[in-house]
Amino acid sequence: MTTVLQVDNLDVYFGHGRSRAHVLQQVSFAVKAGTTLGLVGESGSGKSTTAKAIVGVVRSAAGTVLVNGANIAGARGRALNALRRRVQMIPQDPYASLNPRMTVGETLAEAIDPRRASVRAHAGKITELLALVAMDADASQRYPHEFSGGQRQRVAIARALAVQPEIIIADEITSALDCSVQAEVLGVLRELRTRLKLSMLFISHDLAVVRHVCDEIAVLYQGRIVEYGKRDDVFDAPRHDYTRLLLDSVPDGGPLK
Amino acid sequence: MRSPWFRFIVRRLIGLAGVLIVLVAGTFLMVQLIPGDPAQLVAGPNAAPEQVTHVRETLGLDQPLWNQFTDYTRGILSADLGNSFATGEPVSKVIASRLPFTAQLAFASIVLVLLISVPLGMAIAVACQGGRRRWLDSAFTGATSFFGAIPEYVFGVLLIFIFAVSLGLLPNSGAATVSAMILPVAAVSVGPVCTLARIVRRETTVVLAQDYMRTARGRRLRPLRLYTRHALPNLLTSTLTLGGLILASLLGGTIIVEFIFNWPGLGTRIISAIVSRDYPVIQGVVLVVGLLAAVINLLVDVVLGLTDARTLSGKAGTR
Amino acid sequence: MRRVRWNAPLILGLTATAVLIVIAIIAPWVWGERAEQTDYSATHQSASAAHWFGTDLFGRDVFARTMVATRPTLLMAFAAMLIASVGGIIAGSVIWVSGPRVREIGQRVIDILISYPSVLFALVIAAILQPGAVTSVVAIGLATCPAFARLTTNLAASVATRDFVSTSRLLGVGPLRLLRRHILPNIAEPLLVLMSVAFTISLKALTGLSVLGVGLQAPAYDWGSLLAKGLEGIYVNAWPALGPSIAIVVAGLAGGFIGDGLAAAANPASSRRVPKRTMKAALAAASASVPGAPPLLRGDEVVPAEDVGVVAVRGLSVVMADGTRLVDEVSFTVGEGEIVGVVGESGSGKSLTAMALARLLAEGLRAEANQLSVAGHNLLGRPPREKLAKDIGIVYQDPASSFNPTMKVGSQLTETLRVHGGVSRGKAAARAIEQLTLARVSRPELRIKQHPHELSGGMRQRAMIASALLTSPKLLIADEPTTALDVTVQADVLRLLREANTRDGVTILLISHDIGVVSAICDRVLVMYAGRIAEELSVEDLRAGNARHPYTRALLAATPKVTETSGELAPIPGRPPQPAQRPSGCAFAPRCPLAQDVCVEERPALMRIGTGAAACHALTWQPVGVQ
Repeated sequence: MTTVLQVDNLDVYFGHGRSRAHVLQQVSFAVKAGTTLGLVGESGSGKSTTAKAIVGVVRSAAGTVLVNGANIAGARGRALNALRRRVQMIPQDPYASLNPRMTVGETLAEAIDPRRASVRAHAGKITELLALVAMDADASQRYPHEFSGGQRQRVAIARALAVQPEIIIADEITSALDCSVQAEVLGVLRELRTRLKLSMLFISHDLAVVRHVCDEIAVLYQGRIVEYGKRDDVFDAPRHDYTRLLLDSVPDGGPLK
Repeated sequence: MRSPWFRFIVRRLIGLAGVLIVLVAGTFLMVQLIPGDPAQLVAGPNAAPEQVTHVRETLGLDQPLWNQFTDYTRGILSADLGNSFATGEPVSKVIASRLPFTAQLAFASIVLVLLISVPLGMAIAVACQGGRRRWLDSAFTGATSFFGAIPEYVFGVLLIFIFAVSLGLLPNSGAATVSAMILPVAAVSVGPVCTLARIVRRETTVVLAQDYMRTARGRRLRPLRLYTRHALPNLLTSTLTLGGLILASLLGGTIIVEFIFNWPGLGTRIISAIVSRDYPVIQGVVLVVGLLAAVINLLVDVVLGLTDARTLSGKAGTR
Repeated sequence: MRRVRWNAPLILGLTATAVLIVIAIIAPWVWGERAEQTDYSATHQSASAAHWFGTDLFGRDVFARTMVATRPTLLMAFAAMLIASVGGIIAGSVIWVSGPRVREIGQRVIDILISYPSVLFALVIAAILQPGAVTSVVAIGLATCPAFARLTTNLAASVATRDFVSTSRLLGVGPLRLLRRHILPNIAEPLLVLMSVAFTISLKALTGLSVLGVGLQAPAYDWGSLLAKGLEGIYVNAWPALGPSIAIVVAGLAGGFIGDGLAAAANPASSRRVPKRTMKAALAAASASVPGAPPLLRGDEVVPAEDVGVVAVRGLSVVMADGTRLVDEVSFTVGEGEIVGVVGESGSGKSLTAMALARLLAEGLRAEANQLSVAGHNLLGRPPREKLAKDIGIVYQDPASSFNPTMKVGSQLTETLRVHGGVSRGKAAARAIEQLTLARVSRPELRIKQHPHELSGGMRQRAMIASALLTSPKLLIADEPTTALDVTVQADVLRLLREANTRDGVTILLISHDIGVVSAICDRVLVMYAGRIAEELSVEDLRAGNARHPYTRALLAATPKVTETSGELAPIPGRPPQPAQRPSGCAFAPRCPLAQDVCVEERPALMRIGTGAAACHALTWQPVGVQ
C-alpha cells in the first residue's frame, strides 16, 4: 500500500525566549492510501498543532511532511499553495467554518475553482458533491444558518471533497455535535471511506469515536507520540501507561473504575 | 517570579516614554510643516527683512534641522519651552499659571462622569434584564442619544442662557470658584456621561449573563452585594478598557468649553495663541495636554490593575 | 442579499437626513437673499412671525442664515467624514496586512494618537495651515483617522481569524477574493455604522472649530460661526445663538439615529422575534396535551410528605415570557443518598430542569409546578435565602467561566459561609482548605490566595466541588460538571462526586449529555427528550441495554463504545422539535420507527414498568422491552 501522508520527526516551538515551548517533539506517523489514522490526545497534547503544521499554517522548526512524496514543510509561496490544495482540512465548529453570507452552492463553487467560482458553471459538480454527503440539490441555494449542525458539517465535508484532495484532515469534527447527530456525520464519513477510498487523518479526543472510525491509532501526550499501532492492538492491548490511563478513564457504560 | 506590578509599571513607563517621543517629535515637526517661511509668517506679512531674520534666529530656524531638534529636546528636558512671541513670557510660566484651571475642570468632570454614568448604566441594565421594562430601555437609549448628540459648546451656550442669562443664578464665566465651575463641568460632562452610561449598560448586560454571576446568585447573596462585589469589578474592566479613551478625549471638550465660559485654562490660551500664531505657546500647550491625556490613561490602567489581576499580565476582558 | 430590518431610529434618522439634504440644496435660492439683507432698524430682535429666530446685530434674519449655512456645514462634515473613513480604512488595512512587526508598531502609534484629544489635534493642524474651509476639513478628517484605522484593524482581525476565512485560504482562494467575498461582506455593516458615527463626530468638531473662530472665516459662514456670533451677543439677545444650536443638534441626532438604527438592524438579536401566530399555535398545542389514559405518575398530584425525600417534583414546566414551555410537565423524585442522573441531548431541557431545582433560572424564564420540593424547601413559596444557599450545592459546567475572575478563589469558596453562616474569615478559610484537601487540590493554602486564572481547568472544577460541599448541602446539583474537561480529569471529578456521596451521604443530581458519564456513577437515570421525561430506569437496566423507550434505545444505538469495534452506528432520523413546535402527541413520534396514529394525537403518560417508567404508547400494545 502506498503512503499518502508521511510525517517525520516534526518539531514545533511556540513563543520565544524564556516562554518558548516545545509543542511537538519528534512527531512521526504515516497514513496509507485508503486508510484512516486516528490521532488521539487530551487538550494541549498537540493534536491541532499537528494538523496546522501539516497544512502549513504553523511553521515547523524541523522535520518533513510528505504528501505523496512532496514536502509541504519546506514549501513556500506558490508551491505551498499548490500543495495545500492536495490536503484538505475539515474544521471543528460547523457554525464558524461556513461564511454566513455565502450560499452553500457559492461555498462549494469556490472550493471547486477559486478563480472561476460560478455556481451555474459548476452546478452539476455541486449536485454531485451534495449527493455524496446525502443532501438534496436544492440545498445549494440556501444559507448556512438554515441548516442544522450535522448538515453544516456535511457541507464542510463536501467542500473538502470538492478539491479531490489526496488526504483529508478531520479536526474534532464531531465534538460540537450531539450524539445522534454525531452518528449521522460518522455514517456519512464511513460511507465515503469505502466509496471514495479516502485517506484521512482523524483527530479527536473521543476514544470511542476514534475506535469507531479509524484503522490505525497514534496517541499524543505532551507533544510526543507515546503509542502508535493498529486499532485493535492499541485498544485491546495498550503498551504505554498513558494509553492505559486514557482507556480506563473513558466511561464506557459500566461503573466507574 | 517578579511581581506582576513590577512588569506592569515597567511596561507603562515604556509606553509613557513612547507617548513623550511622539509628542516631542510631533510638536517639533509642527513648526517645520508650516507652509512657506515660518519666520515670515510669525513676523507678519508686513515685517521688515531684519525683523524676519531676527525671528528666524530667535526661533533657531537658521540652524540645521537636527540641531534644531536636539536644542528643542534639550529645552523640553530642562523645562524650557521658549518664550511667547506675543507677550515674551516664558511658556513654562504661562502653562504653570493655566494648567491648574484646566486640570481642575478636567478632573472634576471625570469624577462626575464616572459617578453618574456607572451607577446609571448599571441600574438600567439590572432593571431591564431579560427584556423586562422595554419602555425604560427605550427611554434610556432615546435620552442618551439625544443628549449625547448635543455638542458640549451648544450645551454650554444653553446652560449660560438658562442659568446665567435668564435666571441669573450662576456665573457664566471667570475664575475658579465652586459656583463658577458648576456650569462648565456640566457642559463638559453631559456628552461623556451619555456615551459612557451606554457602554456601562451594555457591559453590565454582558457581565450579568456570565456564568460567574450565576454562581454568585447560587450563593443567594443580597442584590447589593451581588452587584457591587461581583458585577462591578468585572464591569469596570471592560468599561474602562473601552471608556478610558472617552475620558481622555474629554480633555478636548474641556478646551472648547473653556473658551465658551472664558475659563482661564490652557484651552482659552491655545486659542488666542493660534489666532496670534504664537507657536511656542501652541507647542507647549499641545505637549502638556498630551501628557495630561497620557496620565489619565495611566490612571485608568492602574484602576484596571487594581480591580482585575488579569489585566496586569495583559489577559484582559471578560470575553 | 438580506432584507433591511427597518426600525424607528433608522427611519427617523434617514428622514431627518433627507430633510437636511433638501434644505442644503434649496436654501441659497429660497433664503439666500434674506440671509444677506441687513436692516439696521431691526437689529437684535427676538423671535417673531417675521423673524423666527430673531435677527443678528446687523438685523439679518437668523433663520434664513441658518438655512443657508446648512449647505457648507453638511458639505464640510461629509468631506471630513470621507477623509476620515477612507484614510482610516486604508491605514487600518495596510497595518493589518503588513507583517507582525509593522502591525505591532502601527497599533502602538494608533493607540497613542487615539488617546490624544482630536479637537486639539485639529486645532494644531488649523494652526499650521491658514484657517478656512479646506483646513478645517483636512484637520478634522485627519484627526478622526486614527479612530477609524483602529476600528478597521480590529474588525478585520476579528473576521480574519474565523474558520471560514482560514479554510478558504487552504482551498487556495486568493487574497483579493478573500477580502471581497469573505471579509468585506462581514464587516460592511459595522463600517457603515462607523461612518455615520464619523459624520456626527466631524460635524461636531467642525462646528466646534468655527465656534472657536479658527474654522470657516468670514464672509463665509456655517452653523458654528453663526453660533459664535450669537454667543458674543447672548446677553443682549439669546435668539441668534438658538437657531444654529438647534440645527447642529438636529443634524447630530440624525447621524446618531442612523448609527443606532444601522447597528440595531445589523444585530441579529433584534430580529429574533417569534411570530405571533406560531406562538399561539404553540400555546394551543401545550394546552391540548391532556393525557388520555390515567397515568401512573401524575403531574397533578402531590407526593405525600413521608415520601418526599430530597427532591419531589410534580408537573414542573419552565416557561418563557411568551408562554413557550421549554420544560413540559416533568415529574420525578430523588431519595436521600441517591445519585440520580439526567441525560439528554441539547435542547432536551435537562439543564433547565436542574436550574429550576436550584432556583437559578435565567431572567425571563419562570418555573411552574404543582409541587417543587427541594432539600426540604418548598420552592413554590419563599424559602429563606441563607437556608437555600447552604442546603443546595451547585457545580456548574464550565469551571473557567463559573469563577469570578476578579475575586480570589478563597473568598469565593467561603462566601456562603461568611455571608450566611456568620463564620469568621479565618475559620471559613480553614474549612475551605480542609475541603480542598478532600477534593485532592494540591497546595490548598496557596490556592485560596490565588485568582481563578492561576488554576488549571481540572483544579478549578475540583475547587468548585469543594465550594459546593463546604456548606454540607442536602442536595448537590452537578450540571454537566465534566463536559469541559479532559477524559482523565473527568474520571477524577466523577470519582470525587461518588466519594462525597459515600463519605457524607450527599444526594446528587447529575446532569450530562453523555450516557457513559451517568452510567458510571448514578443509581438511577432520567432520560429527557424535547422538554419531557421519556424514560426513568435503574442504572443496571441502562448498563444492560434494557431500555424501554424507543428514544433511549435509539440514543444507545447511536453511541459508539470504546470497548468494542462496533458496526454501523444508527443515526436518529430528523431532529428534535423546537419547543414552540412540540407536537401535541408524543414529542418523539415524528422520528420514531414504532409510531402509530395514537402517538401523534395523544401525549403518552409516564408508566411504571418494573423498577423504571417510560412514556410510550407502544408499551401498552406489545412487549417491546428486552429482546
